[in-house]
Amino acid sequence: MIAANGKRESVSRLTRLLESEKLLATALLAPGVIILALFIAYPFVMALWYSFTSMRVGDAGEFVGLANFTKAINDTIFQQAFENTVFYTFWATVFKLALGMWLALLLNRHFRFKRVVRATMLLPFIIPTVLSAFAWRWMFDPTFSVMNWALHHAGLITDRLPFLSDGDWAMWCAVAVNTWRGMPFFAITLLAGLQTISPDLHEAAALDGANAWHRFWHVTWPLLLPVTLVVVVFSVIQTFSDFQLIYVLTGGGPANSTHLIATYAYQIGIGSGLLGEGAALSLFMFPVLFAVVWVQLRYLKRMENA
Amino acid sequence: MARINRRRFLKASGAAAVGAKMGIAGILVSHQAPVFAQANTVHILRWNDFVPAADKVLREVFAPEVQKALGLKLNVETVNANDIPARATSAIQSGNGPDIFMILNNYPHLYSSAAVDVSAVAEEVAKAQGGIYDAATQLNRIGGKWVSMPWSMVPALIAYRKSWFDEVGAKTFPKTWKEYHDVGKKLKAAKRPIGQTLGNTFGDAPTFTYPFLWSFGGQETDAKGKVVLDSKETLESVRFMTQFWKDAHDEGGLAWDDSNNNRAFLSGDISASMNGASIYVAALNGADKFKTEKGAPLHTDILHAPLPAGPKGQHGYHTAFNHMVMKYSKNAKGAIEFLRWAHKQENYEKWFTVQKGFAVGPTRAWEKHAMWEKDPVMKPFQTAPLLQKRLMGYQGQPDKKAAEAWNKFIVTVMYAQACSGKMKPEEAVKWAAGELGKIYT
Repeated sequence: MIAANGKRESVSRLTRLLESEKLLATALLAPGVIILALFIAYPFVMALWYSFTSMRVGDAGEFVGLANFTKAINDTIFQQAFENTVFYTFWATVFKLALGMWLALLLNRHFRFKRVVRATMLLPFIIPTVLSAFAWRWMFDPTFSVMNWALHHAGLITDRLPFLSDGDWAMWCAVAVNTWRGMPFFAITLLAGLQTISPDLHEAAALDGANAWHRFWHVTWPLLLPVTLVVVVFSVIQTFSDFQLIYVLTGGGPANSTHLIATYAYQIGIGSGLLGEGAALSLFMFPVLFAVVWVQLRYLKRMENA
Repeated sequence: MARINRRRFLKASGAAAVGAKMGIAGILVSHQAPVFAQANTVHILRWNDFVPAADKVLREVFAPEVQKALGLKLNVETVNANDIPARATSAIQSGNGPDIFMILNNYPHLYSSAAVDVSAVAEEVAKAQGGIYDAATQLNRIGGKWVSMPWSMVPALIAYRKSWFDEVGAKTFPKTWKEYHDVGKKLKAAKRPIGQTLGNTFGDAPTFTYPFLWSFGGQETDAKGKVVLDSKETLESVRFMTQFWKDAHDEGGLAWDDSNNNRAFLSGDISASMNGASIYVAALNGADKFKTEKGAPLHTDILHAPLPAGPKGQHGYHTAFNHMVMKYSKNAKGAIEFLRWAHKQENYEKWFTVQKGFAVGPTRAWEKHAMWEKDPVMKPFQTAPLLQKRLMGYQGQPDKKAAEAWNKFIVTVMYAQACSGKMKPEEAVKWAAGELGKIYT
């Protein structure tokens, strides 16, 4: 009887505690905060700490201040990797946006097998990057490229095209594969955005004499801009920190022409066991991505307030 | 249906935990994770051998025999060679992972602080088997202590098409790089170029470019550890390679990894390539599949030769495979016992013979094995390690700095920059020397 009373009392105390909005909010937010702290904040803080040390595999190293960052800035391979990363991210994002938008506009129309086509279009995005990168590597293979074979048999080329054996070609090939892989994400997200735009607006614009381009530019584009910005932010983050595609497709070669920050940081941190230097290299991504996210979110906020 | 409450669940799962003494309830009470690896288990992580039959020997012959001989359960895990550093790094940092890691080249220098001393095994094996090769000794013995045990070496020699070389007038394999250039030029004109990777890949690229550099007199450092790469000898080697590449090579090699040359050779696209014996072994195993243009089995038209000599001598580099017993291992004693058992001649021989010469033993005793008399094509591999007089970082030690330069592909990229036309030879040499200078500060 006493135990039952005690139990009832503790339950009512808990109910009273949860009635406080502050406590309830804290309790509900706690799991999310703990997960973020464990899996995002902790690794980030550790990476930050490592970057200030001479840590190697199996050796905690010592505090070296900004030495790892200075070494990276003076490292010509890193300079090249940084330039490559900016180039790769810029062009891949431009192509993904342009082609994704085009695809979304096409898919927004009514046609037979619309659902099947929409589902199929997601395939490049669904297939694991490592697998698709391997398939592309075979297609670009210096000796056995099916594209070279087809072009040669069609009489369009006499010598093989240096898809991956020329630095510039290899970088454009990487941009092409990234575009192929990321375009469906753009298309499907923009398609979702397109479907929220009321057809009445288009009809009204058409009645006012607007042609297809004017309707896109003055109706669709402004209404789609918030979604577009969010997709671009996501894409820039993913592309700037890309690793798998380059690792499989080119390994950073030829002659470091396709090294990205992530692949080079891996080569230094894991390949050479220089964990401190590897962490410093990878942290160079942070300010760039932070700036991109900050500018775009600020722009979005301004639009919301307008 | 009975309702499952927390208590019942814990009880049931505790009963169901196979092999565990305590079950989940026990784990919760003891606040300790279960020890899955039993004390008498040795977990070894190796690469996916290019000779798959060798992995089969480890799993199907070694495992039951070592269980019988030592009471050890051998757990063999194999992964892609490129993934071993990532696995080793995470294991060392977390203090948990395989008891033995197979690591390549001078990785023992990188991971030495995480290694158990295996000097006793190394010295026993060296004494019983005619001594461990110098290169393997330098790679595994640090500060007078063996931090890992050399297991094997995969010699890199040139596999070439005998009949195609004959057709352009080369009845024997060229002795010098100059002769090889002349022959290669004729071969490329006949659409049978030499195939060689200059890509960012762990095996064939550096094992080709380092001996090439040495044979022209170029070297990374002097005896005091000062970078001396920017020399007229290095420049001469880069100039030579640039012309050699254009005249005699398949220029797609700039993007090749370690497997491209195997495929290109087996499909008849190239006439020669520096490689382990895997091209020949594949041709031998697939005699019905790989044929010459005349329909004969391809392996009958393959011979092997060491890399030619340059103005300053002849060199070779052979990839070293070493076993490191990890300090975090809960069964380091068992792991050392396994290595001692595996290196006994009667046991090692079972693994060695299925390699057919692709991998050679770490000691000179294996040069005398009867296997070498079976196939004259494999004969050049028998004593190939003797040609390895230098290691990465030469004239300095094959240490952590040398490993960094090796893993950054600085020497390979120096040649690739010039061969791709991205830099002039002078610029490529200066660039590489500058990058080395930042490592050797």
